[in-house]
Amino acid sequence: MEDIRKQILKYLEKNSRVDLGELAVLMGTDEVTIANEIAQMEKEKIICGYHTLIDWDKAGEEHVNALIEVRVTPRRDQGFDKTAERICNYPEVTAVYLISGGYDLLVTLEGKTLQEVSRFVSGKLSPIEDVISTSTYFILKKYKDHGTIMFKKNKSERMLVTP
Amino acid sequence: MRDPLSKKVVGIAPSGIRKFFDLVSEMPDAISLGVGEPDFDTPWRIREEGIYSLERGRTFYTSNAGLKDLKIEISKYLQRKISVSYDPDSEIIVTVGGSEGIDIAFRAMLDPGDEVLIPQPSYVSYLPCTVLADGVPVVIPLQQKNEFKLTAEELEAAITPKTKILVLPYPNNPTGAIMTKEDLEPIAEVVKKHDIFVLSDEIYSELTYKYDHVSIASLPGMKERTLVINGFSKGFAMTGWRLGYICGQKKIVEQMLKIHQFAIMCAPTNSQYAAIEGLRNCDDEVQQMRTAYNQRRRFLLHEFKRMQLDCFEPFGAFYIFPNIQEFGMTSEEFATRFLEEEKVAVVPGSAFGDCGEGYLRVSYAYSLEDLKEAIGRLGHFIDRLRNQD
Repeated sequence: MEDIRKQILKYLEKNSRVDLGELAVLMGTDEVTIANEIAQMEKEKIICGYHTLIDWDKAGEEHVNALIEVRVTPRRDQGFDKTAERICNYPEVTAVYLISGGYDLLVTLEGKTLQEVSRFVSGKLSPIEDVISTSTYFILKKYKDHGTIMFKKNKSERMLVTP
Repeated sequence: MRDPLSKKVVGIAPSGIRKFFDLVSEMPDAISLGVGEPDFDTPWRIREEGIYSLERGRTFYTSNAGLKDLKIEISKYLQRKISVSYDPDSEIIVTVGGSEGIDIAFRAMLDPGDEVLIPQPSYVSYLPCTVLADGVPVVIPLQQKNEFKLTAEELEAAITPKTKILVLPYPNNPTGAIMTKEDLEPIAEVVKKHDIFVLSDEIYSELTYKYDHVSIASLPGMKERTLVINGFSKGFAMTGWRLGYICGQKKIVEQMLKIHQFAIMCAPTNSQYAAIEGLRNCDDEVQQMRTAYNQRRRFLLHEFKRMQLDCFEPFGAFYIFPNIQEFGMTSEEFATRFLEEEKVAVVPGSAFGDCGEGYLRVSYAYSLEDLKEAIGRLGHFIDRLRNQD
């Protein structure tokens, strides 16, 4: 059964909108099996959510993404968890990762304007007690996001009929 | 003026696919399921190696048989995939696609009048290449009831004292049929009994579903009797790079190398460098493509079943070969009307031999979206035909 799970996950990772009947055909199994596996994986939090990849630029919305490197003083017994969990609570924060290297947390942030992002960094993030320093990088253009290439690909030049 | 042409060449019929290609070319808005090559781009890391090789100025000939590193990787790959070991120095030639392998094999092995057994439906080159090499093609018509596998009985019945080579084209274009180890064993026995050779065209070996590909060369006593053709076109999505290889016993390889040397010189250099990367580091990419093909294969089978279109389950390549005899039309009539009325191109089975009459080759080297659209139109077309009765 592990294999069918892996197949389902790989498919859903690219296309979560597929209907169960179709997924069953593609995986060579029946709809009930697929539905059960998905429900079970949702319960086990293997599947954590279904999201949509949006090109906000094209949608004409003001939209700013930033990456923020955060250096944090770790706490005895808790390490970085407490500060990280605290940062997670802000709705404008889209991801928080603990990373190896020159700093500790990488925070990704979504805001409407540059001002909004900088207000968050200076007003909310930096003042947190254990935060030592931050550096903020604004994303200028997304070439590839979540495995999807965002720029236009060339049309296929395959001939229509070949042996 | 004298006739400038060779009677031998003029006598060869042009490919049945060509006619259809011309027809489709006049219909730019048609959807095609008629293509015999992957829809995927060559994996990026392979393309990048090709680019690097050009940047580094690797624009010279390679040795005739191919880059040593590539031959070593091919040897390792075949050991891993089909459990046959070929000496990179004397048993492998890197060719311009698998198709060159077909040509040089026949030319190296055939004397005038030698017979070549060609199971059909199969790829369009075996028969003309046999004729060009002064051999006599003998067609073995395969049957749907055997899932288009070659049986020992069919083989035995076709063998004469003049038989020299059996072509074994599996996984098969156009039927999608494969031969398992159990299917191959009796064939190998007949081959050994009659002292003939096998040209095993395994270009689709990476694309099998449910069963792993087995080469007849891996069966006892068969390596010496078999030439294995393979290449990068299908599994690695590298058709335009024109790169394949042929492997076999030294005695035959030496003679094929002479023809290759004088007629071709060597396979494209940058393709060879790129292919090394393919063999070393592209297992994941190949697996992803295989998974996608398999999903599409299941989708088409499911849809054909729903339409009650008679079709055996193919386990290889990227073709499905439905039977359309219930409609009382030739394959060509069916394909032509389908193209004209629904603007979808499929290839008539008859393009792959007379016994392909009554079938269509439907390629699933297309995105699921394209397949859905095309199959929807096939559904309309079939409904119309059935309601006419």
